[in-house]
Amino acid sequence: MARKATVNRRKCAYCGACVAVCPVDANELVETYLEIYDDRCNGCGICVRTCPMGALVLVEVN
Amino acid sequence: MYDVVVVGAGPAGSMAAKTAAENGLKVLLVEKRQEIGTPVRCAEGISRENVERFFEVDKKWIAAEVTGAKIYAPDKTEVVMSEEMAGNEVGYVLERKIFDRFIAREAAKAGAEVYVKTACTDFERRNGFVRVKLRRMGEEWDVEARILIGADGVESKIGRKAGIIKTLKMNDIESCVQYLMTGLDIDQSYTYFYLGREVAPGGYAWIFPKGNSSANVGIGVLPKMAEKTAREYLDAFIEREGIEGKVVEVVAGAVPVYGEIETAVSDNIMLVGDAAFHADPITGGGIANALAGGYYAGKVAAEAVKKGDFSAGFLRKYDELWKDDFGKKLKRNKKLQLKFLEMDDATINKLAASISGKNLSEMSIRAIVTELIKAHPRLLWDLKSIFI
Repeated sequence: MARKATVNRRKCAYCGACVAVCPVDANELVETYLEIYDDRCNGCGICVRTCPMGALVLVEVN
Repeated sequence: MYDVVVVGAGPAGSMAAKTAAENGLKVLLVEKRQEIGTPVRCAEGISRENVERFFEVDKKWIAAEVTGAKIYAPDKTEVVMSEEMAGNEVGYVLERKIFDRFIAREAAKAGAEVYVKTACTDFERRNGFVRVKLRRMGEEWDVEARILIGADGVESKIGRKAGIIKTLKMNDIESCVQYLMTGLDIDQSYTYFYLGREVAPGGYAWIFPKGNSSANVGIGVLPKMAEKTAREYLDAFIEREGIEGKVVEVVAGAVPVYGEIETAVSDNIMLVGDAAFHADPITGGGIANALAGGYYAGKVAAEAVKKGDFSAGFLRKYDELWKDDFGKKLKRNKKLQLKFLEMDDATINKLAASISGKNLSEMSIRAIVTELIKAHPRLLWDLKSIFI
């Protein structure tokens, strides 16, 4: 089972903290929301620890 | 063909666009959000000196004028820096929504084209120029520029793609949350800072007055040291301090506390503001350096166009200017930050107690640290050479 970051858009404040620390460029602030690219995310969890709003979590994926 | 394309209309980007346009360049300033100045990602404090350096102050963008600062150690020991101690460095708390728009308007007034709701999706260097890919409301097109200025914030895509900066590590970023609260019973003439690992690991909590019983109540934590999210620390701080008021706005952001980067340029490209990690590693303040960096970038862009030289070699003039102005301070405050990160709450209490009630001759980190070194030479001896 691999882990991927996922965003709760209702909690996300669109601040870019996760983008600044993502080592694999798996996320991007797109116009009015945060996009996470599953194919690039390696599940390291740095974004989860950095997100000031607690809007990101790691989920298990097949 | 534009002389300069600036990506990001925060204070750094707009200042760069304004300066470049004032120097006769053809400038395009793009902002991906639909409005300039929102959402605010800042506590909005700046010293009077640093604003007045560039602009005649307009009351419309000053939310509150503060005459001093109060710093609290974990045990509530208070260090007060009052107006007479503060000298000329009396501070403003800005209304960024108005301030940012004011600078962008100044850029437009100077002749820059300004596009909002326009994102830079990519760029590439070709034949000595930069081809910048833009997207606005579904429409995509390219423009050519001699120089691309990345003012795209702490998450700067331009800086990383150009290989100028790397992704921030968890100990080089402050994770911040702030509430704009109203109905507060605070003395509006002070800014308040709260230190301590329990309150804000690797950072501090703040209350910055915004007039009419309102204030920015926020916190910054270092993710590497934090066990909870910044928002959870902020809620705990508000409860601990018994701050009663209504939250009317939530702001979140990230502040780079990297210190001085080696260079903020590469061929045809310059970075300004948070994109160049120009925020102060101790205070997290970034507006003053953003304004200065933007100004220097605009000036150097004008010189580069005049010379027809857009190489990294020529653009390093910009590095020289920002390093001479505030680079040394970034480097120094990074060392200081690392030193403070080693300290536990008991040590901070001891340090605060030793300067509490002392007459600090100026409201600056240097003044405070100088006093601390005098009181605790053993503890802070290794900082002596950079502060005294």
